Amino acid sequence: MQQNEMKLEFDSRSCNEGFARVTVAAFLTQLNPTLEEVADVKTAVSEAVTNAIIHGYEGQVRTITITCRIEAEDFFVEVADEGRGIADVALAMEPMYTTKAECDRAGMGFAFMEAFMDGLEVDSAPGMGTRVRMRKHIANVNKMER
Amino acid sequence: MEQLFTVSGTTLTMHLPAEVDHHSSEQLKTEADRMIRNYNIRRVVFDFGRTVFMDSSGIGMIIGRYKMARYMGGSAVAVRVSARMQRILALSGIGRVIDIYGEVPQQLNLD
Repeated sequence: MQQNEMKLEFDSRSCNEGFARVTVAAFLTQLNPTLEEVADVKTAVSEAVTNAIIHGYEGQVRTITITCRIEAEDFFVEVADEGRGIADVALAMEPMYTTKAECDRAGMGFAFMEAFMDGLEVDSAPGMGTRVRMRKHIANVNKMER
Repeated sequence: MEQLFTVSGTTLTMHLPAEVDHHSSEQLKTEADRMIRNYNIRRVVFDFGRTVFMDSSGIGMIIGRYKMARYMGGSAVAVRVSARMQRILALSGIGRVIDIYGEVPQQLNLD
């Protein structure tokens, strides 16, 4: 598998969180990942999608776009919303920082993405939406060439 | 639907679903809080027996219920926690405030 891409668009409803991570995991399987690698990617995608629903769109039903790309042994996933955006990205990424403590948010979303992926970039500005780009290196590629 | 809650004395056991995310946590929270208040709960047991996925929304849900139990003068524990779920819990640092077990320890006196 040299290069392959897919794009997924769905409503920012919480019932789509499971759908989104399972779909990304299904696309990832062509890299022949370990179960742990699949679980890592599912967790990170779930965090980014949940952020888009809760913080980006604040409960409004709009569109979340996920783009996945495979390049050799690297898996890239981008989760994008066109919501309110983040004023201070560095602050938002600090563990335990949350703007919604009253909703039982742990403030661990970005920390989890960082822990489970090999690369994390957040591109956001107030009113401009948020793009979360993540990379995961999956070794042992081409065991199951399709 | 499988039973999500059992009450025994002042212990509430939450039988967590297979996937504990923002979506399922929202539903669990409301019901758990109602039961903690109505049944004078002093101990919350998070049973991970069938849980294969959890993200930080699940951590938030657990911390919230732990705080509520503590406010009522009680405590919380997590049981039947798999290696993957151990890792998620460890990352959150929640092990500092609730005990985490791979099985259901005898001394907890649970059914």
